[in-house]
Amino acid sequence: MSLDTQLPVSLVDAPRRESTPSPAAVPIQLQVNGRNMAIAVAPWTSLLDLLRLCLDLTGTKKGCDHGQCGACTVLVDGVRVNSCLALAVMQDGKKITTIEGLAAGDALHPLQQAFVDHDAFQCGYCTPGQICSGVGLIAEGHARTPDDIRELMSGNICRCGAYKGITAAVEQVMRSTEQGAKK
Amino acid sequence: MMSIPTIADPLPANASQVGRPLSRVDGRLKVTGGAKYAAEHNAPGLLHGYIVSSAITKGRITRVSTAAALASPGVVHVFTHENRPSLAWFDRKWKDEDSPKGSPFRPLYDAKIVHAMQPIALVVAETFEAARCGARLVEVEYEAEHHETDLRARRHHTYTPGNEKTGFEPPPKPRGDADAALKEAPVKVDAEYEQAAEHHNPMEMHASTVIFHEADDSITVYDKTQGVQGTQKYVCNVFGLPKASVRVLAPFVGGAFGSGLRAQHQLFLAVMASTQLKRSVRVELTRPQMFTFGHRPQTIQRVALGAAHDGTLTAVIHEAVQESSQFENYVETVVNWSGQQYKCENVRLEYKLARLDLFTPLDMRAPGAATGLPALECAMDELAYALKIDPVELRLKNYADVDGNSGKPFSSKELKACFAKGAERFGWARRNPEPRSMRDGKHLIGWGMASGVWDAMQVPASAKAALSIDGRLIVSSATADIGTGTYTAMSQIAADTLGIPMEQVRFILGDSSLPQAPLEGGSFTVSSVGSAVKAACDKVGARLLKLARKAHGSPLADAKDDAVEFADGRIRLKNDPARGISIVEAMRGEGIVNIEEQAQSIPNFLKHRSYKLGTHSAVFVEVRVDPDLGTVGVSRVVSAVAAGRIINPKTAASQVAGAVVGGIGMALLEETLVDHTLGRYMNHDFAEYHVPVNADVPDIDVIFVEEHDDIVNPLGVKGVGEIGIVGVPAAIANAIFHATGKRIRQFPITPDKVFA
Repeated sequence: MSLDTQLPVSLVDAPRRESTPSPAAVPIQLQVNGRNMAIAVAPWTSLLDLLRLCLDLTGTKKGCDHGQCGACTVLVDGVRVNSCLALAVMQDGKKITTIEGLAAGDALHPLQQAFVDHDAFQCGYCTPGQICSGVGLIAEGHARTPDDIRELMSGNICRCGAYKGITAAVEQVMRSTEQGAKK
Repeated sequence: MMSIPTIADPLPANASQVGRPLSRVDGRLKVTGGAKYAAEHNAPGLLHGYIVSSAITKGRITRVSTAAALASPGVVHVFTHENRPSLAWFDRKWKDEDSPKGSPFRPLYDAKIVHAMQPIALVVAETFEAARCGARLVEVEYEAEHHETDLRARRHHTYTPGNEKTGFEPPPKPRGDADAALKEAPVKVDAEYEQAAEHHNPMEMHASTVIFHEADDSITVYDKTQGVQGTQKYVCNVFGLPKASVRVLAPFVGGAFGSGLRAQHQLFLAVMASTQLKRSVRVELTRPQMFTFGHRPQTIQRVALGAAHDGTLTAVIHEAVQESSQFENYVETVVNWSGQQYKCENVRLEYKLARLDLFTPLDMRAPGAATGLPALECAMDELAYALKIDPVELRLKNYADVDGNSGKPFSSKELKACFAKGAERFGWARRNPEPRSMRDGKHLIGWGMASGVWDAMQVPASAKAALSIDGRLIVSSATADIGTGTYTAMSQIAADTLGIPMEQVRFILGDSSLPQAPLEGGSFTVSSVGSAVKAACDKVGARLLKLARKAHGSPLADAKDDAVEFADGRIRLKNDPARGISIVEAMRGEGIVNIEEQAQSIPNFLKHRSYKLGTHSAVFVEVRVDPDLGTVGVSRVVSAVAAGRIINPKTAASQVAGAVVGGIGMALLEETLVDHTLGRYMNHDFAEYHVPVNADVPDIDVIFVEEHDDIVNPLGVKGVGEIGIVGVPAAIANAIFHATGKRIRQFPITPDKVFA
């Protein structure tokens, strides 16, 4: 018997019977970490897979591919975005910043340095997403307190549980950014 | 080869490196995206494999059609049980370093389905998307059989396991007569506790990238594993490959918590596809597929405690029923702790397994202890209330200086200091024991505590140390760093042993060609591999001293071995540090450019035999309960840990704090739920399987109490990977009782249970 029709299997695993033609690649222009590039990408490719598989920018991580963990967070025109839920073809003309684009040469971005100083990671897998998310959060300017940071960083899961250091690192850079703005 | 840049050392170079809160030496790579994980090693012509998962839980495949998938653009091949290559026959060939007794699962071996979402086909294509698309086109028909996945329904269909797994000890024989003592006890508690099944869910999904070398048909495997040599052995055994043809690398592992102890099926599938197609292949699981292998088993427990009016324990009974699969006998030490943690003359411990049609459980952070201790420690809290004695006082009253199970004294046990320091930091003395006595606005506030315990183990390990004339020291061992800080701690031990600045030391791991190391687990890496690192460096030191004695006009010419020390890049007299010779000078004098030594460290069994070796902790927790919604927030945690000497207080505190977060998950959020009609895990993603997020986690205060131990190993270290989680669930449950007056004995304590 074919159980496909008899059991309510989840959509993720449900076989689709019709043959799917290979989609044709679409030309787009992107600026990735300050570099302009013209590329052709299939419409079914996510921004995350474009970065990791086509551009070899593997600093951006795949933790769920469902927009549930935040490991794939990058900045699109300065705004933090789950790159696994963003189709690459929809980024035409956009500026993408990944973890590889945050440091200025050998000088780490202040949030990268703060993550090292506060030991805001263990395995390091969620770290690029956390840092991009933190940079986006600070630019948004909505956080005022450590509790605000905890809430606004809650789209980025850290299974090692380095939240204490993450919150401290983001707060430190947020405060120094505020002070810099006042001066 | 990757490079591990070192960070600037804030303290003078001649100070001891061990015990310093140094930042991770691999930190820069991790914050810049430079650290590469298993699915991130790209190669020309790399193929992508996507796994097709079974739609039924038990039965057999009656028909599989791959024609549509094969016709799909970009698809190169589809592997199923019908076209797989010939594989090893004997069970022992399929065992890995963490296998319990039984028949290990063999992917694509035959038409049999033994668990839900079992891998049944691998679609290999030129791109990831084409493989994923092809996987949707594989048509499978099944013949389903009746399955049993409900532990509650099968709890009386049990068997008593024997010595099924390395590191597991069946419960000791009963001592005294616990049942009679319980009956006679003037004060008693007797209740049932339940721990839900949990999945490890490291952030990095399990993946293997196999690079195929056409020149000699050899492969390089980048695997997500806690032991590269275990992976290598498994691949060689299953596929009949010589060791020389299989090199396994895992320089970075994106978390594991136990999930990388065994060879998971993506490894098998990627190696099979690569060796068959003679191409490089990657197979990465999806997040739902991360719920298709081992997990922390669901456990139903009974704990009964009897006591005299003064709080003296007179009876301890701890019984546990745990799930295992139909094909392996997974075991973990759940109940034995109850015969060890407190002094009691009448103890009965019982541990049974019930077979279910689920995948074999798998060690997950503090396996057994994180399940058994919460039941014991909740029962102790219940007993404290029944006796009207403070919970800390009750624990001190029954404090064990000797392990009651074995009759052996502890090599060291500073648990009393954990209670004292933790209670002081937390402000426990101010606690009003009355439930519902503290409020903040509408929130009920509760304070709870519990103790924790874990073994301090050591296993054989080897390391190599190579010192070059430029003063650089490269130390290596085939161990892992799954976020534990191995790179950093080992560098510190090496730097300390030879008195070399941190920035001149590099530690290499995660390569099967390096000296032998055990799986990274059980909190035994720093004691095992750390001891090997020290031994290898000591051997280099001995050679250096010989050279130094020979140097022209050497102030050390007549120095005895124990009269010298290594510091500041020099060998010098302990009692006259100004008299010495630099390491570089000593080597140059004799024309030596490189000193390389390898050493194996084995536990001192003779010394260990007379003692019980363990780590201990006391955890204090504050919760805020919303009485209208039943939601629980943890607002404060103090965890005081006694774990011997701490190599790096910064990374060690992170491990303990991270384990506290895991404990918050166990207590309040994490459970993998089975739909017993389908026999499937239903909440198999991060939207439905809740792990703690940042907003769930308060500031966590970690205290390491001083503990000196020269019995455990030459370094006096015990490891901190597991101890941090063990006491947390009970401390939270006890705090919830203090807040609400409601005793909830089923973990996780979700709002519905608080609200009910």
